[in-house]
Amino acid sequence: MGVPTHCPYCALQCGMSLEPGPAVAARSFPVNEGALCRKGWSATALLDHPERLRTPTVDGRASTWDEALDAVAARLLAIRAEHGPDAVAVFGGGGLTNEKAYLLGKFARVALGTAQIDYNGRFCMSSAAAAGLRAFGVDRGLPFPVTDLAAADAVMLVGANVAETMPPLVRHLRRARDRGGLITVDPRDSATAELAALRLRPRPGTDLALALGMLHIAVAEGHADKSYLDARTTGFAEVWRVAAGWWPERAEAVTGVAAADLRAAVEILAGAERAYLLTGRGTEQHATGVDQVTGWINLALSLGLPGREGSGYGCLTGQGNGQGGREHGQKADQLPGYRSITDPAARAHVAGVWGVPAESLPGPGRSAFELLDALGEPGGPRALIVFGSNPAVSAPDSARIHRRLSALDLLVVADLVPSETARLAHVVLPVPQWAEEDGTMTNLEGRVLLRRRAYPAPPGTMGDLRILRELAVRLGQPAERFPDEPEEVFAELRRASAGGLADYSGVTYERLRAGEALHWPCPDAAHPGTPRLFLDGFAHPGGRARMRPAEHTGPAEALTPDRPLWLTTGRVLAQYQSGAQTRRVPELATEMRVEVHPDTAARAGLADGDLARVVSARGAFTARVHCTTGIRADTLFAPFHFPGEQRANLATHPALDPVSRMPEFKVAAVRLERP
Amino acid sequence: MRIVIAGYGMAAARLAERLGGHDVTVVGEEPRPAYNRLLLAKVLTGTLTADDVALTGGGTARLGVAVSDVDPRARRVTLADGTGLPYDVLVLATGARPWTPPVENLDARVLRTLDDHLALAAEVRPGTEIAVLGGGVLGLETALALASMRARVTVVQPAGRLLERVLDDTASAVLERQCRHHGVSVLAGATAVRHEPGEGLKLDDGTFLPAAIVIAATGVRPRTELAERAGLAVDGGVIVDDGLRTSDPRVYAIGDCVRGAPGLVAHAWRQADVLAERLTGGERRDVPEPPVTRLRASGVDLTAFGRLDPDALRFSDPAGGRYGALSIVDGRVGGAVLLGLPDAAAHLADLHATGAPAPADRLALLFGRALPAGAAPAGGLVCRCAGVTRAFLVDAWRAGAPDPAAATRAGTGCGDCRDRIADLIARLEGESA
Ligand SMILES: Cc1cc2nc3c(=O)[nH]c(=O)nc-3n(C[C@H](O)[C@H](O)[C@H](O)COP(=O)(O)OP(=O)(O)OC[C@H]3O[C@@H](n4cnc5c(N)ncnc54)[C@H](O)[C@@H]3O)c2cc1C
Repeated sequence: MGVPTHCPYCALQCGMSLEPGPAVAARSFPVNEGALCRKGWSATALLDHPERLRTPTVDGRASTWDEALDAVAARLLAIRAEHGPDAVAVFGGGGLTNEKAYLLGKFARVALGTAQIDYNGRFCMSSAAAAGLRAFGVDRGLPFPVTDLAAADAVMLVGANVAETMPPLVRHLRRARDRGGLITVDPRDSATAELAALRLRPRPGTDLALALGMLHIAVAEGHADKSYLDARTTGFAEVWRVAAGWWPERAEAVTGVAAADLRAAVEILAGAERAYLLTGRGTEQHATGVDQVTGWINLALSLGLPGREGSGYGCLTGQGNGQGGREHGQKADQLPGYRSITDPAARAHVAGVWGVPAESLPGPGRSAFELLDALGEPGGPRALIVFGSNPAVSAPDSARIHRRLSALDLLVVADLVPSETARLAHVVLPVPQWAEEDGTMTNLEGRVLLRRRAYPAPPGTMGDLRILRELAVRLGQPAERFPDEPEEVFAELRRASAGGLADYSGVTYERLRAGEALHWPCPDAAHPGTPRLFLDGFAHPGGRARMRPAEHTGPAEALTPDRPLWLTTGRVLAQYQSGAQTRRVPELATEMRVEVHPDTAARAGLADGDLARVVSARGAFTARVHCTTGIRADTLFAPFHFPGEQRANLATHPALDPVSRMPEFKVAAVRLERP
Repeated sequence: MRIVIAGYGMAAARLAERLGGHDVTVVGEEPRPAYNRLLLAKVLTGTLTADDVALTGGGTARLGVAVSDVDPRARRVTLADGTGLPYDVLVLATGARPWTPPVENLDARVLRTLDDHLALAAEVRPGTEIAVLGGGVLGLETALALASMRARVTVVQPAGRLLERVLDDTASAVLERQCRHHGVSVLAGATAVRHEPGEGLKLDDGTFLPAAIVIAATGVRPRTELAERAGLAVDGGVIVDDGLRTSDPRVYAIGDCVRGAPGLVAHAWRQADVLAERLTGGERRDVPEPPVTRLRASGVDLTAFGRLDPDALRFSDPAGGRYGALSIVDGRVGGAVLLGLPDAAAHLADLHATGAPAPADRLALLFGRALPAGAAPAGGLVCRCAGVTRAFLVDAWRAGAPDPAAATRAGTGCGDCRDRIADLIARLEGESA
């Protein structure tokens, strides 16, 4: 009998079974109905991969674990003694289990005493999280089960290419598609757009104008749900004041999307009995990402969708534990339970669970890009510990971040393969991977899942939790403060989260093993979990959703004669994130390419299959030209999975959103040229 | 710096908003703060209320009182209530006023203000007979809005055809047909000669058009009376340089009151943005953008811009209510007229505005989405999720796999290709049988 578990990759966390072999077998589970994409089917290929890390290294030489941990602790202590606790920073990941994310945050705040901790989810979910929290009082990617989508008559996907990034989800869109109710918003005809009845292809960076134009139409053509707005929201009048200035023809001139198409989209959503509006990274990864998501939430609220069974707004979380990863305290401004680190009551509660004085907890630290950008700079961290992330490839303005990582006195990276970041590290700590350890994940619908150990971890590796414990003890912490058994850590996490927005206190390994479907909040052991949030009211005092005006301002940089094209970045089906895992799986082999309209390619003297350079004010990357008429002639698309000269992030713009600190990954001014 | 803005319409509201934090006083002759005139047709039909169309604005507003005089030397304006306001910078944003044609005894309504529209809305009932003078954009939009309220509307257009300045004969004919389809009668080539208020219009061909209400939508003229009183250079409209400065260096003008204004809000708002930047230390200059004519009414979608040359590509589908004409000059979009082709219109207007090179395939440009969508998935991919091509499936089948889909895992992801695979296998089995 196989071990029932979940896929190591995206936030859909498809159910799968792991068999001896090792091999993947299908398993029935609601989100994927037994289906998997190529990444899932080939996931075991990485278990015994020749490049798998099996020995710690210190300054490039193999070492024992004791030597490596002693060296890390000694150097950390020296740096801290000389430069203070904030000279040591921690960078986590949205793929880490809840237990790891939790313990990493505790390790930073208690064992290191540093405020400088953030994680790659900042590059992923932060805009939607901030906008959702502000509007609804709680941020859970999908406040309803994924399977609810299957009954929808209309679904609008904004900047979300699910047919490539989470293919099994497409199964739940069948009904909407059959009814001509699938609408996509994307500057190119992605695999998902090809399924849609209506494709809106806005100029990159103009989504907010599109949302405002649609809201305008909803009101001006009488589709707004006035009684819902009166009963369940505040702030509509101010929102309308802005949207009133976005009559459809103006939105058309700014976005390039026909006013008639905007009307059609509104009519489809308003005319459907059950309709959903879902956002993805395409609209979130902007220096105006929070405003853009706010614009979409305002539209959804105007149509009366959120907090109604069978309809809603949601954000499609990207990374495997992108949801749980943002709830347990590895984010610069948060403590476990989705608590704010500046809230005295939250600090007192968490400090109580940790057995430390509340005053000893540091305050908020730098956000991901700012943290990386400060490394080795005067006043910035001199040491960085990385778990579950590969910022050398995934951070924007990659050449700059590369320089900053190289300027550190100490870079420690825990990984399973020699990622691009691990290659820059002074100390590399090999860790087990998903099938080799227990832990919980929280999927895109806020359901807590148990991933189980199916195979032994290779000799020479050490679990992340154990590494944190070993380091904490060497830094002077009592061992019992840093448990290393996942179930034990989870029990502590439950207590720390109790009473917080993301309350896990009623979730136990026992209930999960028994197969219970538990969506947080789940405040006690008898509580059935909360598959659907907001049905009785939103999470703000008074129960109303808060609308706030957001005006379109556009991308951080403008096109110039020298850089006349927009670059937008994203993912392709066969690769995952920075590609450290998937690039090593032969079945997933993919080549770096840039999607170009044939006219645009011809103007640059390039043909399909040629090598090209894409040049921005930050830097340039190379890619093979893939001509397609399915992309706007003023736009290029490149995936960000590839390393070295092919890093799309060499060209992306590091402008940050003022609220979420999300970088502007999705729009940069570039030119296309022959290499 | 004390900034006084004369007029509180769309241009002034935008300017005042952009100058937030500065000492700005806006003086508006209308009794209410600025509102969006583009939405007035919706107020007429009752979909939006007067409150719904308010604009944001800014500064201190003096409402319901006109600026009656300017003393440029003293740098002071006088308001109609006799009070005075000193200024360091004066901005004229007095807009335009409707022009009514010289028809004997004419007592027509005009449609410029919110009150004009509210007053009309109060009088229109299903069946009310209304004559609209003028077959331009405003006349047609108004006529279509009134027709949607089930009024009996006739457009009296002295020129031989509708929108005679932007459309050719064929396009006008298609548009006229569309208007009729939506319940608007059109009398082209007819001129009103006398108005019998409450009864109707006598036309130049001697016929009588019964009409309880007559509306003049026969164009607007810049409001320059204040500029003239201040002794500024005026020629049909207020004359400004590319910094929007009038002949007095402390007085600026923006929007519909400026000479040569196209009467489009995009133009007025661009000037407001430019002036806001200049008044706060910026150097930006006002560079006019090519105007775009849009007719916006449910069921009728017209876009026209630029110029058509004799080589223009043309296509006409009168029965389908569609017409397209497109000129490409030196590889760029030189002009277009598009009726009932909203997708192409959005794309072409974009290319025209940005000056981007036109795509090689011109027909596709004109037809927009009407042409069949592009090629099949790349590389003969049948199943994207599993990365399985058609060739791969055929090979697996030929190699004897009983279920090539299972062997290749095709169809195990999003499940979208299941039917395609079943078809393919059925075909293979058919071929081998
Ligand atoms: C019904 C209608 C539909 C329209 N539709 C469109 C459209 O679809 N697209 C488009 O681009 N444009 C459209 N327009 C045109 C658009 O509204 C104008 O271009 C725009 O309003 C110009 O702004 P403005 O501030 O220059 O003038 P206005 O908005 O006219 O404002 C001028 C204001 O100044 C006041 N004023 C004048 N003199 C004085 C004085 N001495 N003292 C104090 N106040 C004074 C006036 O009363 C008025 O309130 C439409 C206009 C109307 C009337």
